[in-house]
Amino acid sequence: MEILVCVKRVPVVGGRIVVTPDGQDVDTRMSGFAISPHEECAVEEAVRITERLGGTVTVLTLGPAEAEAQLRDALALGAGRAVLLEAGAAEWGPLATAAAIAAEARTGPGSGAGGYDLLLFGNEAADTGGYQVGVRVAHELGLPCATGIKELEVAEGTARARREYQGSREEYELPLPAVITVKEGINLPRYPSLPGRLRAKRAEIERRSPAERPEGLRKLGLRVPAAGRQQAQVLGTGAEAVPALVDLLAELGVLP
Amino acid sequence: MTALCLAELGPDGAVTDASLRALTFARGLADGEFAAVVFGDAAGVPGETLAGYGVTGAYVVEPGSVPGYAPVAWARVLAGLAAELGADVVTAAATDRGSEVMAHLGAQAAVPVAANCTAAQRSGPGTWRLTRQRWAGLLLEDAELAAEPALLTVAADAVAAAAAAAPAALAVHVHEPELADGDLRVRAGESPAGAGGASLASARVVVGGGRGVGGPDGFAPLEELAEALGGVLGVSRVVTGEGWRPHRQQVGQTGTRITPELYLACGISGAIQHMAGCQGARHIVAINTDPGAPIMSRAGYAVIGDLHEVIPALLAAIRA
Ligand SMILES: Cc1cc2nc3c(=O)[nH]c(=O)nc-3n(C[C@H](O)[C@H](O)[C@H](O)COP(=O)(O)OP(=O)(O)OC[C@H]3O[C@@H](n4cnc5c(N)ncnc54)[C@H](O)[C@@H]3O)c2cc1C
Ligand SMILES: Nc1ncnc2c1ncn2[C@@H]1O[C@H](COP(=O)(O)O)[C@@H](O)[C@H]1O
Repeated sequence: MEILVCVKRVPVVGGRIVVTPDGQDVDTRMSGFAISPHEECAVEEAVRITERLGGTVTVLTLGPAEAEAQLRDALALGAGRAVLLEAGAAEWGPLATAAAIAAEARTGPGSGAGGYDLLLFGNEAADTGGYQVGVRVAHELGLPCATGIKELEVAEGTARARREYQGSREEYELPLPAVITVKEGINLPRYPSLPGRLRAKRAEIERRSPAERPEGLRKLGLRVPAAGRQQAQVLGTGAEAVPALVDLLAELGVLP
Repeated sequence: MTALCLAELGPDGAVTDASLRALTFARGLADGEFAAVVFGDAAGVPGETLAGYGVTGAYVVEPGSVPGYAPVAWARVLAGLAAELGADVVTAAATDRGSEVMAHLGAQAAVPVAANCTAAQRSGPGTWRLTRQRWAGLLLEDAELAAEPALLTVAADAVAAAAAAAPAALAVHVHEPELADGDLRVRAGESPAGAGGASLASARVVVGGGRGVGGPDGFAPLEELAEALGGVLGVSRVVTGEGWRPHRQQVGQTGTRITPELYLACGISGAIQHMAGCQGARHIVAINTDPGAPIMSRAGYAVIGDLHEVIPALLAAIRA
């Protein structure tokens, strides 16, 4: 089973998001970076599948040269091969990102339309949240696609994918090769092992430089919404606060 | 200007809340024909609701044409109708289905999709100024969109659902779409879901537990309290990441968005990704040992203290 997992490097923001003075980017001087959470689960899912069925997990990211760190994180979790599509510092839109990913996928080791038996994505990237790159790649490659998946069973030739929607369970049966976008909760990613980390450190990273293409949705600027920041009214300290808390719950109408 | 909106129906046959908000948003963009697409039996079309929301034309796609949920086919239907009606803008609620269908529509036509919009305005022929959410609403992007038609999904909290000042004269059409080969290849098989997620999203009271609970065995009193208040347990990502509780109980950006009357957040620091899931809570009360925790500037009320001491005392007081 040849599996491609597409991961995005996103800032790890803590207490609040700060925008750079020019209003164009998130200020990341104080933050680290990580693989966007849904995609970390996609890597774990892919590794579990190949542990069962054999094959290789290829992890791919499109981003700045520094995104190499996220590829190494994925290699440490068990991916076998890593490809960096160098896009420089600028943010690429979903159409350009999907086109570059699809072009790279076609050169994959498998014989099928997309070069892989299975292509895994996150349902949406944590930062820009476009909700579309996986679907666009599926169209470029002419592959079936399911999104928002929280349970996946893969056998030779087919994938059974499930999600919940408005209180009912949806199940999709897809012939492979297929594109599946997953959500956090599909599994609990492992911690990288020490040998995994050592292997990841030494692994070779394949690099390419795709060309960007302009798109119809253009960012003008970013801003933090004017949230109703307030200071909590302190009801008291420790168990002594309980009578005041009970009064409050009564006032809110939530006491039995 | 013609607007087209996907109106999703719930299991009860009524237009879902999310789609009512999307209709409200889309009505603000239309100033001519306002069309809605409904998948279901013509006999069951919620015509009164659609007319009330200002829809002038409802296009009903019956199960005979498209059986159930099939994302590519739904997108093909929207594309066909958009072309037929000359729609300037096509919208759907930013639900799992709405987002997926719009992504397919954008991919089929190789045009952009603006996800999770909170505002949109036409700025010229085929150009739009819009605001969309990033980071699950923690950050807003002002953007310019050049596309015909404009494809937008509507963020959950963009607008409140509101009927039009006066109902529209609604024409209901049974629409027989032209599908391409393979459009029905991916279809949802539906069955009732087990317990979990759904009740968290709609619970009236949520008792939240975070790292401060200390371990997998610490949640019993929180569950007891939730039960006593007729609510459910919700947890932070640290808790699910440690494997203390299942992910379906997670509140936040990558978990469930909750909308309770009361969210009692215990041992939760108030990281923005967590708070992204409880912006819809009416009241937030924090129990935390640290008076400087970020949650103190997001909660309405707080108890400074050890949750292992406060919660049993609270339970005892409620039961007394
Ligand atoms: C892209 C992305 C998406 C994310 N999505 C989510 C999400 O969906 N949901 C989510 O929750 N997080 C999410 N996170 C993680 C988030 O950033 C935080 O790491 C997480 O919410 C912290 O959980 P916590 O509050 O339980 O733990 P901590 O931040 O460690 O806070 C523990 C709190 O408990 C208090 N405490 C300790 N002991 C006690 C005690 N005995 N009594 C009372 N209080 C005590 C401490 O003072 C502290 O405030 C996401 C992160 C990223 C990067
Ligand atoms: N720059 C990128 N590099 C690799 N994968 C990406 C990139 N951007 C998006 N993706 C993948 O596409 C998914 C959906 O992204 P989006 O449509 O931007 O929300 C993400 O969860 C990733 O799996």
